[in-house]
Amino acid sequence: MPPLPSSPARQARSAIFSFWGSDWVQIVPIAYLSDVVKENVEAVQDYSLLAGRSIANLFGQPRYPADTLLQADLIGVGSLPIVVLIGFFTGAVLALQTSSTLQQFGSLSLTGQLVALSMVRELGPVLTGILVAGRNASGMASELGSMKVTEQIDAMRAMGVDPTKKLVTPRVVATVVMLFFLSIISDLVGLTGGFVISKALLGLDGSQYWTTAYQALKFRDVFMGLGKPAFFGFIIASIGCYYGMTAKGGTQGVGRATTQAVVAASVLIVVSDFFITKLLMGLFGG
Amino acid sequence: MTMAGTPASLPAPPAAPADAPKTLLSFQDVSIAFDQPVLDAVSFHLERGETKVLLGEAGTGKTLILKLALGLLKPDSGSIHVLGEEVSAMREQDLFALRRQIGMVFQESALFDSLTVEENVAYRLIEETGTITDEIHARVVEALEFVELAHTISLFPSELSGGMRRRVAIARAMITQPEVLLYDSPTGGLDPVTSNTIIELVVKQRDLYQTSSLLVTHRLQDAFTMASHYFDRKQNKMVPMEEGSSRDAHTTFLILRDRKIIFEGTATELLLCHDPYIREYLS
Repeated sequence: MPPLPSSPARQARSAIFSFWGSDWVQIVPIAYLSDVVKENVEAVQDYSLLAGRSIANLFGQPRYPADTLLQADLIGVGSLPIVVLIGFFTGAVLALQTSSTLQQFGSLSLTGQLVALSMVRELGPVLTGILVAGRNASGMASELGSMKVTEQIDAMRAMGVDPTKKLVTPRVVATVVMLFFLSIISDLVGLTGGFVISKALLGLDGSQYWTTAYQALKFRDVFMGLGKPAFFGFIIASIGCYYGMTAKGGTQGVGRATTQAVVAASVLIVVSDFFITKLLMGLFGG
Repeated sequence: MTMAGTPASLPAPPAAPADAPKTLLSFQDVSIAFDQPVLDAVSFHLERGETKVLLGEAGTGKTLILKLALGLLKPDSGSIHVLGEEVSAMREQDLFALRRQIGMVFQESALFDSLTVEENVAYRLIEETGTITDEIHARVVEALEFVELAHTISLFPSELSGGMRRRVAIARAMITQPEVLLYDSPTGGLDPVTSNTIIELVVKQRDLYQTSSLLVTHRLQDAFTMASHYFDRKQNKMVPMEEGSSRDAHTTFLILRDRKIIFEGTATELLLCHDPYIREYLS
């Protein structure tokens, strides 16, 4: 068969085939992919070990109650203003947005119920989690990252102090406990925001709003709303500490660790929220 | 130069128990590689009361040897024994107790920047009591007087100069009177006068407390000063040994090159060595 006339498309195809067929392409991508997979598996392994140790440390000595209280103050009290502000306006905008739809069905009186369920089951814990992740996972990653790159973590180990006990466990405990309370405050303030809008703009009766909100909430809703912060708190602190403890590359590395910590914690909160919700809905129904 | 610390007020060094091991630190065929091999079958011993000065070019693995001795890193092969324990085979959790008996001065001091000088120096002691007691405060003052920095007790590390930070790091390392002290380039990046002050403190620690130490440096001058000087209690300063003196500084040298130790011996043996690389290194 005579050779086909060469066209630009045929030349390009030929170049691609020879590229993919070369030894270089056969070796390098596999080696590169293998390195990437290894790095990621190792990162997951290191994170799992750190997270596991942060819990195991609760059952051994020494414990650091003063450090835990200090972190609780930084995380809980420090995050309170922003949680209150965001919670209030989230509840308010929720009431405002849903009112037009509810009005079409003549169910404006159900605004309290909708705000309560949305805030308590989802928005309260998730938004508070993401806010605390932005504020505290970054703080933990940058603080521990700075300590790591200036050899302070090594100095701690050299002096016989376990950094996971001294630095990680107090942050994990403080975040889990404080996120629980911050979520409750966020729920309550969100409901208040919804109430203000319902009363001032929608003309709803206040007692009706609170009654429908209260009656709508079942045990499973409250359990779901208060169970999630414990998971989210653990994710925020363990991710923040992990990226801090593994930071390298000077100040640039600390900056990178900080960004990665916030992104990873926020993504994990949203993704795990889906699975936790699915699990709890399976357990309690609807 | 005269030291301001009052040697007479310093406590006597704790006597070693009769059954205490004579060899405090030993490396046996230790190898480690990262992207490339860094140490290859490195072996040496540090005896009680001895000071070893580890010399070598940058990047030859001097700091790595200190980190291996502390168990901060594990070797790929070989064994490392410190105070009778094989650190290369111990779990991280078990190493913490052993590390409390070793003092380490990091290259960049590694002081905790959010703690005051007092809290930094007392860090190990606070771990045991949870707070700074009167007794701990007194020990901190004593350690800071040793390094002539008692007036900085309430300052933060960021308020100190590089040389002062290094001296605080020495005070932090020696406050518990460890059996072994590891110095990682204590004079690195300092001016000659400050470097001399630091070396004088190292010699003072060596001669007053007889603490065994492994000192990493790339400054030959520091190494020879340590080998040729001693701390005179009466004059309260470091003075050179007289010609023909029988005094022993208990200080020997190790030179690291191309992943291996190429020289181990005294200052005199080093000066008489005919190895071309060492001749060039000394010149």
